[in-house]
Amino acid sequence: MSDTPPVITGTVYVVGDNIDTDQIIPAQYLNLVPTIPEEYKKLGSYALIGLPEACPPFVEEGQMESAFPIVIAGRNFGCGSSREHAPIALGAAGVKAVVAESYARIFFRNAVATGELYPMESEIRLADVFQTGDAATLDIGAGTLTAGDGTVYSTKPIGDVAPVVSAGGIFAYARETGMIGTDSQ
Amino acid sequence: MSMTITEKILARAAGRDEVKPGDNIWVNADILLTHDVCGPGTIGVFKREFGQDAKVWSREGVVIIPDHYIFTKDVKAHRNIDILREFVKEQDLPYYYDPGTSNYKGVCHVAMPQEGHVRPGEVIFGTDSHTCTHGALGAFATGIGNTDAGFVMGTGKLLIKVPETLRFTLNGKLQKGVTAKDIILRAIGDVGVDGATYCAMEFDGDGIADLTIEDRMTICNMAIEAGGKNGIIASDSKTEAYVRARTDKPFTPVTSDPDSPVKEHRTYDLSELVPCVAEPNLPDKYAAVTDRTDVKLTRAYIGSCTGGKISDFVMAAQVMKGKKVSIDTFLVPATQEVAEGLMSEQIDGQSLVEIFAEAGCLDIAPPSCAACLGGPLDTFGRANTDEVVISTTNRNFIGRMGSKQAQIYLASPYTAAASAVAGHIADPREFL
Ligand code: SF4
Repeated sequence: MSDTPPVITGTVYVVGDNIDTDQIIPAQYLNLVPTIPEEYKKLGSYALIGLPEACPPFVEEGQMESAFPIVIAGRNFGCGSSREHAPIALGAAGVKAVVAESYARIFFRNAVATGELYPMESEIRLADVFQTGDAATLDIGAGTLTAGDGTVYSTKPIGDVAPVVSAGGIFAYARETGMIGTDSQ
Repeated sequence: MSMTITEKILARAAGRDEVKPGDNIWVNADILLTHDVCGPGTIGVFKREFGQDAKVWSREGVVIIPDHYIFTKDVKAHRNIDILREFVKEQDLPYYYDPGTSNYKGVCHVAMPQEGHVRPGEVIFGTDSHTCTHGALGAFATGIGNTDAGFVMGTGKLLIKVPETLRFTLNGKLQKGVTAKDIILRAIGDVGVDGATYCAMEFDGDGIADLTIEDRMTICNMAIEAGGKNGIIASDSKTEAYVRARTDKPFTPVTSDPDSPVKEHRTYDLSELVPCVAEPNLPDKYAAVTDRTDVKLTRAYIGSCTGGKISDFVMAAQVMKGKKVSIDTFLVPATQEVAEGLMSEQIDGQSLVEIFAEAGCLDIAPPSCAACLGGPLDTFGRANTDEVVISTTNRNFIGRMGSKQAQIYLASPYTAAASAVAGHIADPREFL
């Protein structure tokens, strides 16, 4: 993640409560290894493919990335497995941030540790306010999500993990704080 | 200051006299567990960050147990196991359980305690959310992602936040036909799938003593299904006997201080619990079996780290003995040791294998995670259509066992077996 928190503008994709990691990236794609570059990209093409069939496609067929840089969710986003493939699939698909009412612990942690996306928490439930395809601007630094009609919704401060996020993930943070040496690449 | 078992283990691992919930601390790991699905990515992170020639922090600390995608023709799945093999060779790691050899084990969370890698009072990180299983032996054990695991692999440390504790006091004795699975499904139903988010789920009470180590594993295994960071049960003489039979390594057990403060405390009278299911599509959708006997099923599945241990198969066999299943019934022992137990364990002179064959179950699969998480399309027991499954596994999310159309009911081995015989959700107490 960059030093200055970004401002993200684009259309949002909206999901409900308890979106588990099997819906974010189903198990049949876990044979892909995220640290292998082609497989990282491929994981992106399968992001959110496990959602119920009635949901609009998150990544259009034949595409590698999603048209939605922001995902808006209800409670307990990313529950279930510890697969880091989940934040990575979203990040690889071009998602810059998720704005959820709350997160499952491991997903939140993995999002922070990998620096794949900003896991923001909304002050109020936004999953019923926004619809997939709505335009929005998310200002991470200011903690605001602005809807197309100008309504401003606030996000919660990112809290204890802020130093890890601003350092750029767990490795950068550990190097900054002297927990591991800086000479390794 | 009085501390919970989780706080005490973390304080010790951080070299501090005390910690409190919310503290962010660097703790020393005793064990890092990984498997074929997350191992290759963890190794990738480790090499990217520490260099191609880097060495793991402790050869004895890294335990690698391939278990997820073993019996499949999927090319990448095999490539991933090859990545593990190469790494194990390069790092000369003693604890690797290679598929296709006599050293192969199967599901990591059942193999871990079985092989003596889980010891009371220790800190275990694993690249799998069900690493929380190992709290059953009084360890602090939690699931982490590949990046954190790559960090642990290189340093033996991790920055973590001390969780608050939810304490569940289990008193009394379970009635016949009611199991540890019914306890944890009841608890998850009560707190909800995010009710323990970031928290430790600690189980204590006079009812613990009667529970076997495997029962305790079933309970702690599903702490993550309430969002828990870890599940934990203090060790007792049963735990110590179990561990000492499997390892010579020394360990120092830890227990909660009496009346250590917790975020929330619930008390259960075990004698009041009943056989239950979790309905599709969340583990907190609790329903008593007696209220759901109208649900028709198309298959039963007995397996996984939650419900594929030897005690789980003994329960299933008690119900199925002398009866016939009326739906496709898939049996997947968690580990090789369990598979051997199916041949050696007997009920009234008949082995479990014979009982299941006579009952008309499908041929028993070799040990692995199999259809617990769907997996590649050719996985044994994978639900490829609109199956209605009763399963001893831990998750019933949409698509978890394969098809998004499949509906999964989670249940105990007794309930799954009784339902397999009846063809609908059935009360195991009528079969015992
Ligand atoms: S048996 Fe199922 S829950 Fe357990 S480790 Fe394997 S896939 Fe995960």
